[in-house]
Amino acid sequence: MSLFKRYFNKKAYDAEKTVIWSEELPAPSKGLFLKRFKKHKLALFGFWFLVAVAICAIFAPLLAPYEQNEMSAQFSAAPSMEHWLGTDQVGRDVLSRLIYAARVSLMVGLFSIAIAAVIGTVLGLLAGYFGGIIDGIIMRITDVFMSFPYIIFILVVASIVGPGLTNIIIILGVLGWPSIARLVRGNVLALKQSDYVKASVALGYSTPRILFKHILPNTVAPILIYATSGVAGAILDEAALSFLGLGVQPPDASWGNMLSSAQSISILTDLPWLWIPAGLMILFTVLSVNYIGDALRDALDPRNTK
Amino acid sequence: MMTSLLSVRSLTTAFDTEHGKVVSVDDVSFDVQHGETLAIVGESGSGKSVTALSVMHLLGPTGSIESGELLFDGQNITALDEKAMQKLRGNDMSMIFQEPMTALNPVLTIGNQLIEAILLHQSMTKKEACATAINMLEKVGLPRAAQIMKQYAFSLSGGMRQRVMIAMALVSKPKLLIADEPTTALDVTVQAQIMRLLKELCQQSNTSIMLITHDLGVVAEMADQVIVMYAGQIVEIADVYTLFEKSLHPYTEGLLASIPSMVFDGKQLESIPGSIPARYQELAGCRFANRCKYATERCRIEKPQLEEISAGHFTRCFEWQTLEKGGVAR
Repeated sequence: MSLFKRYFNKKAYDAEKTVIWSEELPAPSKGLFLKRFKKHKLALFGFWFLVAVAICAIFAPLLAPYEQNEMSAQFSAAPSMEHWLGTDQVGRDVLSRLIYAARVSLMVGLFSIAIAAVIGTVLGLLAGYFGGIIDGIIMRITDVFMSFPYIIFILVVASIVGPGLTNIIIILGVLGWPSIARLVRGNVLALKQSDYVKASVALGYSTPRILFKHILPNTVAPILIYATSGVAGAILDEAALSFLGLGVQPPDASWGNMLSSAQSISILTDLPWLWIPAGLMILFTVLSVNYIGDALRDALDPRNTK
Repeated sequence: MMTSLLSVRSLTTAFDTEHGKVVSVDDVSFDVQHGETLAIVGESGSGKSVTALSVMHLLGPTGSIESGELLFDGQNITALDEKAMQKLRGNDMSMIFQEPMTALNPVLTIGNQLIEAILLHQSMTKKEACATAINMLEKVGLPRAAQIMKQYAFSLSGGMRQRVMIAMALVSKPKLLIADEPTTALDVTVQAQIMRLLKELCQQSNTSIMLITHDLGVVAEMADQVIVMYAGQIVEIADVYTLFEKSLHPYTEGLLASIPSMVFDGKQLESIPGSIPARYQELAGCRFANRCKYATERCRIEKPQLEEISAGHFTRCFEWQTLEKGGVAR
């Protein structure tokens, strides 16, 4: 058969060693992420605002003009040179309390979402990768958690385990995982079908290795984006709980319990410096986090070529 | 007789589907000798990929080996548990996939993935592994290997990625390499390069190749032994020379006739009419009969068996003598 001979003769023609000619390699672009992120002016503003808040929180003892529980001789004083944001009814400096309270909000925001992310990610990975009964059990638990009336459930739990910063963080963390678990599970279901996961199996990698080293890094972007909005939610939840008196307990300051003083009508109308700054801080912090989340989504999306 | 590296005995693999059990590989037996290249040829759905996946125990949750035996290097691996298989995979047997564009993890650097593959099966320090990885990348003909180590898959072309995949598969010097249509997704110009590279490297390390393809050009270039599969069964086994010189199965003949020729002879390219019948297990006769131009009444009612015509040349056809004489009038 002539065809057969042709194929074999061909070997003689191009027996020389194979060389790849000019295939240009674009350098891996680390700057691309920053460039995309910077396109969001609001996110950039939010980022610097959060950096400022974080610095205040970390260096609170150095930056605050007074101790947070230090009382002065002036009660309910309007803003002055001495007390920039005035004092509250027992003579504590509002600015100092605001600065210390930043610690509470940031801690609640970051730690509770960290707890939620770890639980949610692990359960989501397991459910998505193994499927079957494991998937069924985990997803049904998720459904149960998701169908609780959220704020009421938090209130009940908070009143059982008692208020306080640590408890708030744990409660918000333990209740926050279901949506992350669902998100991760969905991603894993798609990634499981990908060729590189199949290739990893063919290379003899163990299951935990495939899960955590090969699948997990591919779902980090959506988790991160979700977590940012989670941070904002947790800060708001803490504020709500503290406002209702089940959060951070006085005399410790949190933006939420500072706002709760606005429950009284005389303060609401006559002493606006007691609650407006705290309210604005919550507003701006949550806005900042949300803008950053938006920017992250655009910057981390590989399909986005803007 | 020397024992073969891989010996597949009456392998039958089935998948659970909504329509009940579907047998994709039906009573398939063959051997892969040490250092030999075995090509499995057939059109889509003929069961060639499933045969390979059965050997690797990568059938997924719905597929299972119904009966038969797999002997790898003297060891019976038919019922080996997942843990023991993990040790075997990547170490003694490796696999290259069809799609190099998606077979590399997009978030890990090439170096990262190569080093991981090396450290998994060989005990050496990270530094040694790194050197081995660079060495391996150079071996597969990638320029600027040290630079590529730091890059991600998306910045490499298809040909380069397949070279990386080959490097990963061969880094532990496996005894058997299963290549599932390794060049189908690549440019024609790159295909030949990759194939030659594969053959060269495997000869160096005495690795046997199980090559799954539908491209007879690739078969002619690479294979020592060829298996032609149709509808889950082996229809012809021959060494590559015999197969191309005098194939004795009408399906093989059809495959050979449908390769485009470089010589323009004014004729239309031949093709085998029809496709693999959907419910071929229920057919009474030969599974190829309805597409076969030699088919007789006997072919439709009686199942042909694999018959040895000459040493090492098997065919599953009643009419092979007609083919040997030059076939019916074309």
